[in-house]
Amino acid sequence: MGSLHLPIQERSEQTEEIRGHVREFLRQEREAGTFVPKCDTWLSGFSPEFSRKLGERGWIGMTWPKRYGGHERSAIERYVVIEELLAAGAPVAGHWIADRQTGPLLLRYGTEQQRMSFLPRIARGECYFAIGLSEPNAGSDLAAVRTRAEKVEGGWIMNGSKTWTSGAHHAHYMITLCRTSPYHPENRHEGMSQLLVDLSSPGVTIRPILLMTGEHHFNEVFFEDVFVPDDMLIGQEGNGWKQGMTELAFERSGPERFLSTFPLLEELVNRLRQSGQKHLMAQAAKLVSRLWTLRHMSIGVAHLLEKGETPDVAAALVKEMGTTFEQQVAEVVRLLLPTSPSVDAADRLDQLLAQSILHAPGFTLRGGTTEILRGIIAKGVIAK
Amino acid sequence: MTDLTKMLVKSTTKIMKDICTKEFIDEAERGRWAAELWEVLSEAGMLTVAVPEELDGTGGTFAEAYEILRLAGKYAAPIPLAETYMGNWIMADLGLAATCEPLAILANEGEPFQFKKEGAGWSVTGKARSVPWGRHARLLLVLGETETGSVLALMSPTEAKVTTGQNLAGEPRDTMVLEAAPVADEHLFAVDARQVHSRLLSTGALCRSVMMAGALERIAELTVKYTTERSQFGRPLHRFQAIQHHLASLAGETAAANTAASYAVAASRRGPDEKAIAMAKIRINEAAGIVAPVAHQVHGAIGFTHEHVLHQCTRRVLAWRDEWGTETQWAEKLAEQLMLLEENGLWPYLSE
Repeated sequence: MGSLHLPIQERSEQTEEIRGHVREFLRQEREAGTFVPKCDTWLSGFSPEFSRKLGERGWIGMTWPKRYGGHERSAIERYVVIEELLAAGAPVAGHWIADRQTGPLLLRYGTEQQRMSFLPRIARGECYFAIGLSEPNAGSDLAAVRTRAEKVEGGWIMNGSKTWTSGAHHAHYMITLCRTSPYHPENRHEGMSQLLVDLSSPGVTIRPILLMTGEHHFNEVFFEDVFVPDDMLIGQEGNGWKQGMTELAFERSGPERFLSTFPLLEELVNRLRQSGQKHLMAQAAKLVSRLWTLRHMSIGVAHLLEKGETPDVAAALVKEMGTTFEQQVAEVVRLLLPTSPSVDAADRLDQLLAQSILHAPGFTLRGGTTEILRGIIAKGVIAK
Repeated sequence: MTDLTKMLVKSTTKIMKDICTKEFIDEAERGRWAAELWEVLSEAGMLTVAVPEELDGTGGTFAEAYEILRLAGKYAAPIPLAETYMGNWIMADLGLAATCEPLAILANEGEPFQFKKEGAGWSVTGKARSVPWGRHARLLLVLGETETGSVLALMSPTEAKVTTGQNLAGEPRDTMVLEAAPVADEHLFAVDARQVHSRLLSTGALCRSVMMAGALERIAELTVKYTTERSQFGRPLHRFQAIQHHLASLAGETAAANTAASYAVAASRRGPDEKAIAMAKIRINEAAGIVAPVAHQVHGAIGFTHEHVLHQCTRRVLAWRDEWGTETQWAEKLAEQLMLLEENGLWPYLSE
């Protein structure tokens, strides 16, 4: 189980300088009333103005080459920026997917033309992407995708549908995993490709699927004879499964996997301090210890990614433990303080608690369910 | 990890693995002093790490000492290594030479040992409970008070009355009584008792934290191995999804414990960092409470027998989590710090 010794990354002057800038920016924005801190804002906090402001400051596409509009910063510097944004409950959903996984995917597999065309716009905070993986009959079993693209003169004709697509109604494009060769039950990972689909194309229909709160974040996306030009194929035809798995590795170990309910935890600590309840604060302290550990694990994974390693087992671990922690925060809060959680409560704690409780089921589903992750972890430790 | 530390890990692993067999630990639990192990570590200079050479130490860093302790924990080494390090580090602060003798620290916070002037020297009276390896100690460090202030005495255990006791893991945790035991004047040193207690608590918790991280890793390794060797219903255990979920939990808790311990060690480069140690001890104690039962569940009845090696590790983590502070005790200490934060101060506190 050697892979489970994650490196320790300590603070450096460089990271603390940028942390200071982000904090100051967030303080000013909060005071100006640009945003009100909320839970789970990387899914639900959509603000094109805010995304553009981050782009102007160089906080999107931070690690990418300058010639693509990036800023050639380290992965650890990027980490500092995104953890500050999440901890503050800032509205980052617009550009989140594009910054986190579309950019790295295009840098790895995209053509020069694709990089030049999309990356600078993403880095400016103006161009948003949706994830095109799940389908009505392909959830945890992703290899069951049936959306297909048939080769025609100059491009592809796509038919099928994707589901649980967060933010598709705001996004400009979707990286769509589809079959470019017929489905073979005995070789299910073959014949898949990733096509970059313009969501404003004729034949694309986006329908909302409301969350149990009534909020609109999820969508169903239908493709009916949608034409996708040849130059929108990402990487190699037939290599879609492998590319899609690479994309998932970018999304599992980041701070959004344990900070979704941080604004609630912070408000809990505020309240217990104000009311002088030290014994209850000790219960909160146990959550703080869990969070402290998760954060250092996640930073350790970021460090390994920076060195070009692929710590997929460790990344799965962080997500599995981190998302369980996010849910636990809400449970502890309701046991420590009398509350009346409601999404439209006037009281801040009540409102944050409602957001946390009602978004909680999604934490351990999105980006790979806990059950799938546990399988990955177990197979990883057995293989070592 | 530096190349030097890697070499240290390699040689320590070899020593621990070769000597700390199941039988060797069984004998120690029956009361035999683990002299062979102590001698080898003494000759290798491993008992005086992080004490400067001019004080008869081996030199090196605290991080290296904690790395040795992690491996001692991993292989259930039945010796007072943590206690001897702690004693040696306190003595180094007082400018005293390091010892290679097994050492016990007698520090009773509630009813301190009383020192009285007797002619040219002193006599000391008092009682300490749960002293690790008290019966095997060749040197005692006794913290107490005179009429004028707090002192630390260096003395031989010949006058101590020992009532033997043990923790869950069968490690000696003895009651030591001193009744007007003589101490030479030159072996008495003025100290700030509160400072010594606080340092002992932090260092003790960090020592147990790294030892537990090591032991948890061993438990996870033993369990993973067992699931590949044992078959039921015609396939190895690890092929069952229910078992895979247990393995994922073991891997996660072990990785969390390792990270927490490593970070607390890194933060304590120059001396114990109370905040990091509190965070680590809480998290690692929690990990022990999850890992031990899961490992036993996966092993089935065989892991619950004396014949199997598993219990030598699980009993240790369950004993050590209660030593030098439970989750609750450390959470109360952290809570004191959290009570002093500014509005919305949690994030700066966490990320500083």
